[in-house]
Parts: sequence; C-alpha cells; structure tokens
Amino acid sequence: MLKEHMEPTPEDIKNKKLYIDMGLSEYEYDLIVNKLIHRLPNYTEIGLYSGMWSEHCSYKNSKQILKKFWSDGSRVIQGPGEGAGVLDINDNQAVVFKAESHNHPSFVEPYEGAATGVGGIIRDIFSMGAKPIASLDSLRFGNLSKPRNRFLLNQVVSGIAGYGNCIGIPTVGGEISFDDTYDGNPLVNVMCVGIMDKKDLAVGQSKGLGNSIIYVGAKTGRDGINGATFASSQFSKEEESDRSAVQVGDPFMEKLLVDACLDIIKNHSDILIGIQDMGAAGIVSSSAEMAAKANSGVNLNLDLVPKREQGMTPYEIMLSESQERMLLCVKQGHEQEVINIFNEYNLNAITIGNVNDDGKYRLSFKNKLVCDIPTNSLVDDVPEYKHPVIKPERLLNTSDDFIPKIDNSYETLLKILSQPTIASKENIYRQYDSRVQANTVLAPGSDAAVVRVRHTNKSLSMTTDCNSRYIYLDPYIGGQIAFAEAARNIVASGGKPIGITDCLNFGNPDDADSYYSMDQSVAGMSEACKLFDAPVIGGNVSLYNETDGNAIYPTPMVGMVGLIENNKNITTQDAKDADDLVYLIGNTYDDFNGSQIQKMLKHKISGRINHFSLKEEYKNQNIIHHVIKNQLVKSVHDISEGGLGVALVESLFTNNLGFSGKTKISKEQLFSETQSRFVVTVSETNQENFEKLIKDNAELIGYTTNNNQIKMQLNNGILSGDMAKLKKAWKEGLD
Amino acid sequence: MNFAVVTFPGSNCDNDLYYAVKDALGENCTMVSSNEDSLDKYNVILIPGGFSFGDYLRSGAIANLAPIMKSIKQAANDGKIIVGICNGFQILTESNLLPGSLIKNNNMQFVSAWEKINVQNNNSVFTNQYQKEESINLPVAHGEGHYYCDQKTLKELKANKQIIFTYKDNPNGSVDDIAGITNKQGNILGMMPHPERAVEKILGSKDGLRLFQSILKSHVRS
Repeated sequence: MLKEHMEPTPEDIKNKKLYIDMGLSEYEYDLIVNKLIHRLPNYTEIGLYSGMWSEHCSYKNSKQILKKFWSDGSRVIQGPGEGAGVLDINDNQAVVFKAESHNHPSFVEPYEGAATGVGGIIRDIFSMGAKPIASLDSLRFGNLSKPRNRFLLNQVVSGIAGYGNCIGIPTVGGEISFDDTYDGNPLVNVMCVGIMDKKDLAVGQSKGLGNSIIYVGAKTGRDGINGATFASSQFSKEEESDRSAVQVGDPFMEKLLVDACLDIIKNHSDILIGIQDMGAAGIVSSSAEMAAKANSGVNLNLDLVPKREQGMTPYEIMLSESQERMLLCVKQGHEQEVINIFNEYNLNAITIGNVNDDGKYRLSFKNKLVCDIPTNSLVDDVPEYKHPVIKPERLLNTSDDFIPKIDNSYETLLKILSQPTIASKENIYRQYDSRVQANTVLAPGSDAAVVRVRHTNKSLSMTTDCNSRYIYLDPYIGGQIAFAEAARNIVASGGKPIGITDCLNFGNPDDADSYYSMDQSVAGMSEACKLFDAPVIGGNVSLYNETDGNAIYPTPMVGMVGLIENNKNITTQDAKDADDLVYLIGNTYDDFNGSQIQKMLKHKISGRINHFSLKEEYKNQNIIHHVIKNQLVKSVHDISEGGLGVALVESLFTNNLGFSGKTKISKEQLFSETQSRFVVTVSETNQENFEKLIKDNAELIGYTTNNNQIKMQLNNGILSGDMAKLKKAWKEGLD
Repeated sequence: MNFAVVTFPGSNCDNDLYYAVKDALGENCTMVSSNEDSLDKYNVILIPGGFSFGDYLRSGAIANLAPIMKSIKQAANDGKIIVGICNGFQILTESNLLPGSLIKNNNMQFVSAWEKINVQNNNSVFTNQYQKEESINLPVAHGEGHYYCDQKTLKELKANKQIIFTYKDNPNGSVDDIAGITNKQGNILGMMPHPERAVEKILGSKDGLRLFQSILKSHVRS
C-alpha cells in the first residue's frame, strides 16, 4: 500500500493517468475535472470516485437494462434502490429480501469470500429494520474432476456454514450446479430473507443540519481496500496479487450488530434518521449514498474513525471493506443515548461527523481538509453507458435439434442421477444449520424451503434458481424459464410467488454477446414477473465474470419468495405411501437442447429452446395451486433438470417407495426437460375429485409401490430396475 | 413454574427455548443476561445453544467466565434444575458442572440433521415422560458435539445411570454414542440435540416437548 507521504500529487494522477489502474476511464476522469469539481482531484478524491463509480456500486453499465425490470405490484412497499426490497405480507407485516454475489472474492479466498458474502447480505436486511429469518445460496463451480474446483466447493460451503451457523440464521435452501463454463469463475450468490412489522421500516439516509453520523462495529483495517473496483474487473492469471482485496468476516460481531441495530430501529426510531451498512466501497458508499438520498452533504473527521492498523491513509480508511460495520444518522443531542445502547451489546460506537447543508462531501484528516467535493457527484453523476444490443452470430445460426439415443433407460437414469448437478446435495446442506430459530418447516432438499411466520398461520416459501444453459441458448426465453422454474418450486410447496430478487452474473459488458444476453434475459424475466405479479424488488449485478477472456454462461440467478397463506397448504415433494396414484401434469415434447442428457452424452450443449410458453406455465402452476388448496394431492414435485425420470425417482427416494405404471411418452422423453411440468401423487380416494378438477391437463402414469422397484412401460420400451441402486447413485454422486 | 433462559453474547437458540417454554409448554419464561448475577427467582435454568462469545478460544470457554456463572453454580449446588443444550452443554462441561468435554466432530464438519435419539434412562427429572429405550426424533446442529471422557468417567456415568440420551447413528464420534448426560445428583442435564426445535408438529416432531413436560411433572411431584 502507498504510504501517506508517497501519495501521488493531483498532477501525477493526471499526467501518469493513474486513475486508469483504479478503474476510471479517461472520459470519466475528464468529466470529474471539467464538469463536477472544476479542478484536479487529489489521490483521496479520485479514489472515492473510482470506488463509487465502479460497476459494483454504480451499475453504470447495467442501469439501462435494470430499468427494464418490472418492479410494481400491489405488495411493494420498497422497490429497488434501498438496501433491500420490501413486500407486504398482510397482518401489518412485511418481508424483506435481497441477493448478492460474492464471486470474485470467493475465487481468490473461497472461505472468507463466501463467509463475508453471507455477512454482507444479512446487513442489507437488518438495516431495513427486519429480523433475518433465512438464508439461501446459489453456487456454480467448474467440473469437480479438477481438484481446484473441489477445493473451491468445500471452502465456499464451509464459509457459508461458518458464518450462517454462528450468527444463528438458518440456511434453508439453495442450489448448486457444475459446468466447465465456471472453471475460472465460480459463482457465489447469497440471498437473505427477513421479516418485520411494517411500522419498523428504516431507510439509509442522512439529513438535517448538524445531525450526527455514528460509526458502529468492527474497526477499519486494510482489508478489501477498493474491493468494489476489484469486483468490477476481469481476472487474469495474476489474480494471486489481488489477495489483499478480500475481507475477513466475524459472525460473532455481526450477531451483536443485528441485535443492537434492531433494538435501536424498533425502540428508538424517534432519534434515528437513517441507517445503512458499510458494504462495497465501505465508509464512502454508505455515507455518500445516505446523504445524496436526502440531498444533503456530510463532514467526516477521519481521525475519529476506529482503526485496526496504524498509519492508514484517508484513501485506505474510506475504501476499506472491513466487515461488520454500520453507519447511522442520529438526531443531534441524542448521540450518547445511541452509543450507550451499542455499549450494552458490547459494541463500540462513535460519532465521526455530521450532516451539513451545502451538499458537500468533506473529509478532514490530521487537521487538513483531504476531500471537498459535491456529495451527489459521487452517487448521482455517474455516467450511464448504453451498449448496442446486437444478437450474436451463434444465436442466429443455431444447430439442429438434439435427440439422444437411449438403449437402456434404466442405465441412463442411473448415470444421470450420479451427475453432480443432479445428485443429492445432502453432503453439502448437512453442514448448514437449517433449523435454528425453530421456524423451518421445509429444509434443504425440498423444491422450495418453507419457513413459518411465528404466531401466524402463514409461511414463506423461498427458492433460488437459474438454468444458465437455457439462457446461453436463448437469453429471452431462458430468462422466462429462470423465473418459471423458481415459481414452480414455490407453487409445488403450496405458495404463490410474490416477488423476486436477482443476481445478474455475466461477463464483460463491452462484449456484445454478454451484453445482449443480459439485456434479453432481463427482458424475459421481467415479462414473467408481470404475468405472475411477482415484481423485482432488488438485487445486484456482477459483471466481468471472465478469466483470460473466457466468460461464464450468462447466469441471472432468481431468488424468489412466495407466500403460503394457510399452513395447511404446505406440500412436500416426497411421495408418502404405497398405492397412491402418480400423475404427470403438463405436456412432454422432445426438449433435449440444453438439457442434462445432452450435456452428459455430448459434453456440450447446443440447439434452440423449442417448447416454452409462459401462458402454459402460468396455467399449469395455477392448476397445482388449486389442487393443493383443495387438499387433493399428497405430494408435488416440479420437473426440471434431468426430466420426468429424475423427478419421479427423487420423489420416491425419501420413503423408499417403488413405482409401477405406463405412459405415452418415449424412453428418450423420460429425459426431456420440457418446462411447466409437475409430478404429483394422489390417494385413491381423491382420484375422482382430482381428475374432475384437473380435466385433461394430467396423465395418470401409475402408482407407488412398496417393493422398491421401478417399472414403467414407455411407448417404445420399458424402464425397469431396482430403486435402491438408483438411490445409491444419486446419494453418492457428489462424493 | 419459572424458567430462565440465560443469554450470552452470541447465543442464538435463546429465543427458540423461550418460545418452547412460553408457547408450547405454557409456563413462565424470562431471558436473563449473562451479565446479571442472580437466578434466585427461577426454578429451572436453561442454557441455550449458539456460539457464546463467538466460540473464541474454545466453545464455552469464555462464557464460563461470565458473571452469571457464579449464580449458575450456586443454583447447581442448591439442586435446581439446569439444562444446557448444544453450546449450553459445552458451557456446562467447560465449567465442570458436567464431566467430560465436547470436541470437534470426527469428520471435522458441522452436522445439521434429524437424528434418532434413544432414551437410555427414563427415570430422570428430564425424561419421565418418555418410555424406557424409546426412540425419539430430534435435530442436531453442531461442529463440536463429539462427547469425550476417559474410561473411568465413562464407567461412573454408566454406574450412576447418568447417560440419558444416545444416538442411534452416531453423527459426531461421541464416546459410547452419548448424546446427553446428567451430573451424578441428576439435577443438571447437558445434551447436544435440540429438544426446543421439536416442540410442534409443523416443525417435524413434538418429541422434544416431553423433555420440558418431564421437568414440569417432576417439579409438581416434588
């Protein structure tokens, strides 16, 4: 790190173009000099701009696309723009949720990268005034045959577990898949869900001349300095030198922060003006965003900032991403009251500045003014870049439809169940405390996790999902499918989708293919959001997911929350008893392009996405919702990767049941991934009522047995064999 | 009957215990900070799970130095009923109120799962509402739940019928599959499984509720 006395002069910064290495372009530098501050910025100031104007903080490359997201809807209390979005869930209660990516740090230092990802998203939730009640994750890794990917998986999972278990927020669900495309760029997306009384809603703002800015939590160290800029650049083989950009987490400190901040928000709202976490770009982002939101400015005295290390420069103090820190704006004269409360929770808090009325962002350090710039220039004057949306060549000339050749459908099913993407994730979720807080109804291993709302008769259903192979083959339809798959999980558990958050994981936006995929997948997702009345209420963008020019598949992860209005509707995916009828809901076609069977047999994916209709999806989900509400089904499982074959046996595994039946589909179609389908079980006594309700939207394909064998007559063959062997392959697929 | 839940900084199952007693059992329950120094008002003292003081140094080690520990030891001597669950169990062994210690799980990983627990002794004040050798379902969630003690201690535990719960499928490597033990006098229970997470049908099992009901029953009898 540069020592204070070695800091480059404003002239050096200009002449040697030092801002380029900090992630600012020549155009941006000129804009700052000529239009915003009318002089040359010093090292601290240009550092602040580089952090605040990074893609991670400013969304300058993605804003044009994010505007396309539909974020209205009757339940929206707070849409995108705050720490997290908020939706009304009746009874004067609200749900708060958001997802965030921690991809780059997790590649360099997987344990701490993942752990601090969890910590960061939790702060976004409780800073809104909500008690965090659940976390989920969405992870992507390269092929596990490479030791490095196995190492990343183990460390990331340990990091998530280490942080979540300690802080006492159950990790209730998530999803993991594996593909070579993530080889140099694993994805670590974490979602947190919280619940609050509507009256406790807090905001991140600083206003009112003379009101105080209070710093609370861990001391500021040299970890993660300008990490936001780091997260907004591509990796190269020299990434090892970036190790210092990763932060270190302390979940114990965060537990104290959660309890103390919620106490202040709930019980002292009369003296609290605003609260925000110090996430990416640390003190500068929180203090500048809070002030800019209320059109005010702040004066901060950096000598007062608690520091972990000696000799830190203003640049380092302001851009440090040390974890477990919060910033509050408190009414003048009430500082001690707030500080005392924090002290009761064994936390240190201190007033580091106050709100001014001239809109300036002023920092003093050792009795010198080291920064004096307009606050809103950091937040609101970021240039927005519009990239051309051009359909890439590979999507104009798609290859022929793929049809697999299946000789023995049992052997193929056995093989597909052992693919890491399909196999049981129990070895992973066993490491997550999924039941702390004693509200978890459906834990990991279900289509969606279900967490009841204590002292009510309702529950929240939640899931993360994204099949990036479909997005890669058709970004628009793929975007719709990402939403639809998540919604299918929610509906299968007995809920109705009420909103989503997203993590848009893409490559370099300057690359036409990446940008087109982002634009179109967002358009597709948004279209689905509207139809299902489930708005986008927040999320984040992670671009530059490429290593040495190789981008990941576009992966816009959907984190969805659903409402189960009556707990009697909670439904699981497991078939319960022998002699229940098994139905397939939805039509099956030859949909093998982008499927798991294509990947398994051809080691790559290609082709178009043929049969998908959002209307059909909506109709089928409503049917499921209806039969659940009428208590006509004993289990519901959505059909996704691997097709009917996988979904059917997955629903039989838990209770060690077998199956016997006959269907019109072919042995190939057993592995087709046609969307909008479910497999459900119905007791014989409900057969008539169920069939009356469902009309011709379902095919009775057989019944469950207790002989632990599967026997299914297909239109061109038979699937027959031992269930125990299938279960073993599925259970051990990740080993 | 008055229950106290002692909360240390970093406890995270304190609310779960509170609701188990208050809502599911229907008895009085108070959260008591580990900074306080009296537990005189309470009949039963519950030490919750979590990561007291971040598990720094060693799980339970710093909690053992908290002001409240003096009153907990006093209550133990007075024969009051004390239950330590998960981190609470670790605090009880760390403070020598229970013999042995809890070390890292054999596979070095945190384990969160439903486990079948055998009730080895249903004559204790904690288990009189269970059948002898009944198999119950309780969740576990711990990284350091491997119960360890030397052979001499193990012999004593067996001779005095202090082994209350054992695992059917040992998830952590505990000596003799031990999941929960009492002290010799029988008024202090430490256990790794979480009965407070199994007190309502919607949570997957009500088997944990009978532990609290047993305590209530013993109290009424005495």
